Amino acid sequence: MARSPIRILIVGAGPAGLRAAEMLAEAGLSPILVDEAPRVGGQIYRQPPRVPGFTRTAAQLYGAQADKARDLFVTFDRIRNRIDYRPGSLVYDLIDNRAIVARDGKSEEIVFDALILATGAMDRIAPAPGWTLPGVYTLGGAQIALKHQGCAIGQRVAFVGAGPLLLLTAHQYAKVGAVPAAVVVPSHFRSFAAAALRLVSMPRELSLGLYWLLDLKRRRVPVLFGHRLSEIVGDESVRAIKVRTRGEQREIVCDAVAIGYGLQSETQLADLAGVRFAFDAERRQWLPETDLLGRATGRRDVYLAGDGAGMLGADAAEARGRLAAHALMTDLDVSHVTYRPKADLAALDRAEHLQLAMRAAFELPDDFFAAVSDETLVCRCEQVLAGELRGVAGLMGARELNRAKSYSRVGMGRCQGRLCSHAAAEILADKLGVTLDSVGRLRGQPPIKPVPVATVAERKP
Amino acid sequence: MSAPRLQRVADQDRRLIEITVDGWAMSAMEGDTLLVAIMTQRGYLRDAPGEPMSAGFCLMGACQDCWIWDDDGRRLRACTTYAEQGMRIRTTWPDRLFAS
Repeated sequence: MARSPIRILIVGAGPAGLRAAEMLAEAGLSPILVDEAPRVGGQIYRQPPRVPGFTRTAAQLYGAQADKARDLFVTFDRIRNRIDYRPGSLVYDLIDNRAIVARDGKSEEIVFDALILATGAMDRIAPAPGWTLPGVYTLGGAQIALKHQGCAIGQRVAFVGAGPLLLLTAHQYAKVGAVPAAVVVPSHFRSFAAAALRLVSMPRELSLGLYWLLDLKRRRVPVLFGHRLSEIVGDESVRAIKVRTRGEQREIVCDAVAIGYGLQSETQLADLAGVRFAFDAERRQWLPETDLLGRATGRRDVYLAGDGAGMLGADAAEARGRLAAHALMTDLDVSHVTYRPKADLAALDRAEHLQLAMRAAFELPDDFFAAVSDETLVCRCEQVLAGELRGVAGLMGARELNRAKSYSRVGMGRCQGRLCSHAAAEILADKLGVTLDSVGRLRGQPPIKPVPVATVAERKP
Repeated sequence: MSAPRLQRVADQDRRLIEITVDGWAMSAMEGDTLLVAIMTQRGYLRDAPGEPMSAGFCLMGACQDCWIWDDDGRRLRACTTYAEQGMRIRTTWPDRLFAS
């Protein structure tokens, strides 16, 4: 070969990162695949530890998605020796064409010619009084406890929020004998039913969703559409939740709460890379801008794939992983197997249709964030109340999120705004009477997750 | 000790290991995260003055709510660190950090 090998770095070994790695490996390239977790699969296909005694099958772990999970793992085993896979590694900063990675308490630099970011998504949280009590977990966390550790977060769990993951996780808990205390959904059943009608062209997804719902009903789990969470009650532990509908309040006894209002993209690395962001009015989030194949706007050598570039779900993530790898190889003039993007682009269309229907099904009431009381904690790291945030909007004139952060410390803590910045932006925009996009977004800051000083200091060039 | 928070519902036939938490011996299962090892036996991770009682939140390494320490004062994220035989864990900020 005349030219030196191309150094390609993929961040994230979920469905998007793995499919990108596969395509590059098939073309004879040897990408570096960096992932924070000890095993591949991302959060959606999270695997139990490789330890004797974890005996659940793929069908038990991933239900209707078992075939997809199995196929991803088989693919990974096949390409394992042709790629440079680095588990347990956190990319915490990007400087020009270098990624700074923490692994085993040390930092190392990875120089790249091209970067594929497949950083995934996490739960979107909306605060309610009591949401920081022991026993309250993210919905995704409740599911991970089950998949990864064989544990339920409680004996009587209340599931609160929006999105298909809510019904799925409640169903999974019921199936292993941890029958939910209730499923609480702020949107109305009529929105859910109307959205279901839009999914007649996607019978598989539609029947799955209806099956989860009917299974919960069959097990006599109250599924309360049109109910909002007023309060999580308890002192050293969750004891109950209070929910309300049309002025009527009721209390549901439970010992844990799983909470999540859909998913939001993890975009910190795209931000550090200098990718341009655009406001996605549908997803109500600022997202890195890409073309159809995943080429980032503003950085010629950066590509985005999977839910980190806007929520589209796991099937679309696989498609977007391949599309990004294809775009990358096209741009770098690497001849690769005949690949026609048509099928994957069609998969994206289907996923977008599904996402649209899901957002309509679980659309939050207009006054959802306006109704968050002033005494409610918004930022759990820095203990900032909604009233304090509203105060800086009014009195001190903060009309933008970073300004509000300087004044109130909202989003300044160790989660770096992952849990509060969406709610903070909604509350700020509502208080100012402006649209969500006009309050902007929190700037990304390295390290994107806390790294011990000793790890930063122990940097190998 | 408060009531156990997390409930084991699958994969319970694993080798038992011993860890020490704030000087107390605790048994755990091989493959447990520290968060699971501790909270299948009590209701919280940290109960320190000056901060709310903590039991973790996101369980996926994002929220940083589940910090604990080893006896050498190294910070550990309980939801992503596996329990290992003989591990010695502290659930309060190590004095060492304040002394130095």
